[in-house]
Amino acid sequence: MADETTSGLGREQPAPERVRDVIIVGSGPSGLTAALYTARSDLAPLVIEGRRAGGQLMLTTEVENFPGFPKGRLGPELMHDMRLQAERFGTEYLTADVDEVDLAGGAPFRITADGVDHWTRTLIISTGATARWLGLPGEERLIGRGLSSCATCDGFFFRNREIVVVGGGDSAMEEATFLTKFASRVTVVHRRSELRASRIMQERAFKNDKISFRFDAKVVELLGDESVTGVVLEDIKTGEREEFRTDGVFVAVGHDPATALFRGQLELDDGGYIVVEEPSTRTSVLGVFAAGDVVDRQYRQAITAAGMGCKAALDAEHHLGIDAENW
Amino acid sequence: MSSAKVVTDQEWDAEVLKSETPVLVDFWAAWCGPCRMVGPVVEEIASEKAGALKVLKLDVDENPDTARKYGVMSIPTLLVFSGGDEVKRIVGARGKTQLLGEVEPFLA
Repeated sequence: MADETTSGLGREQPAPERVRDVIIVGSGPSGLTAALYTARSDLAPLVIEGRRAGGQLMLTTEVENFPGFPKGRLGPELMHDMRLQAERFGTEYLTADVDEVDLAGGAPFRITADGVDHWTRTLIISTGATARWLGLPGEERLIGRGLSSCATCDGFFFRNREIVVVGGGDSAMEEATFLTKFASRVTVVHRRSELRASRIMQERAFKNDKISFRFDAKVVELLGDESVTGVVLEDIKTGEREEFRTDGVFVAVGHDPATALFRGQLELDDGGYIVVEEPSTRTSVLGVFAAGDVVDRQYRQAITAAGMGCKAALDAEHHLGIDAENW
Repeated sequence: MSSAKVVTDQEWDAEVLKSETPVLVDFWAAWCGPCRMVGPVVEEIASEKAGALKVLKLDVDENPDTARKYGVMSIPTLLVFSGGDEVKRIVGARGKTQLLGEVEPFLA
């Protein structure tokens, strides 16, 4: 679908009144900040929020590093408020998954969501990133049966059970710490000899009696038919393998940008991230902008995503302003 | 407009296992972010498929027995029952189109 070439000749054209100024795909901090800005500029943006509406913050608990909230704020509440704030100025929301986009031939761009076509003069992509799994056999079958990537969703089911958390970054530390509310023991398995997590998150995990660490180790096999009963760990230095009993495995080994929809239509880098002309948010297609984790392999914070969403909104407004006469 | 009904551990047999029509059960909890996204989709399906599909919501906080019995260890999980048997298990949030596609083969 992405490689389909459009000649431009037989291309379906929408009635002008059906073409919006701005469509935003994705509804995390970057998408909703872009919505807030474009809405305040009277552009009546449409936000197509997919099935992961609200983005990764919907899966977190306390957000302590978003400025303006001295006591912290729950991730889902923060997203709820961002959504309301953008709505107040005329943002429209569509809870649907985008099936296909057509960026070939330039604006107006066609976005098909749950089978319905939408047209827009500018497109802001803020589809974010999705959690990476381990890529092991049997993984698909065990998701939701002891294997999870969302501690806040599934920790509840592991009261007084033992859990393995895979990963060494902030999200792994957050998951491990959160899971000690339920689990009897949490073992963090990390393939390096030191953690990548920020110091405050590390210290919190190190101080927690219920958390222990297995460094230089990786999970090479998931055990269990009906549900997870254990894992096989491999020592990266010695290559030795051992079975490790556990009731649950929580995976926090990073994210991949959600760019499958745009492959072949926008310039992506080796990791699949959308390439933008920094410091702007312009992509390789004029009128298409990208912001947030779908672009950012470096910082990936709620506040940096929000900042990029703001830039994308201003870039889109600028683009609409200078091209207005052509319409 | 029909909407999704609440079901409890106690009502499970009568509402789900003995149901004449196929049943879609949404296992959820108030603290689960993705559940809040699926909730409205489930409601829409309940009203669109009224008569062909019974749609129920089970709060796992208040009804841990049923969740345990069916090995639900992640929410949202949606189970489809037909003639008292689990015929489909959908783990994690889905969009409406996708969910309808997964449920469609089991409709009365």
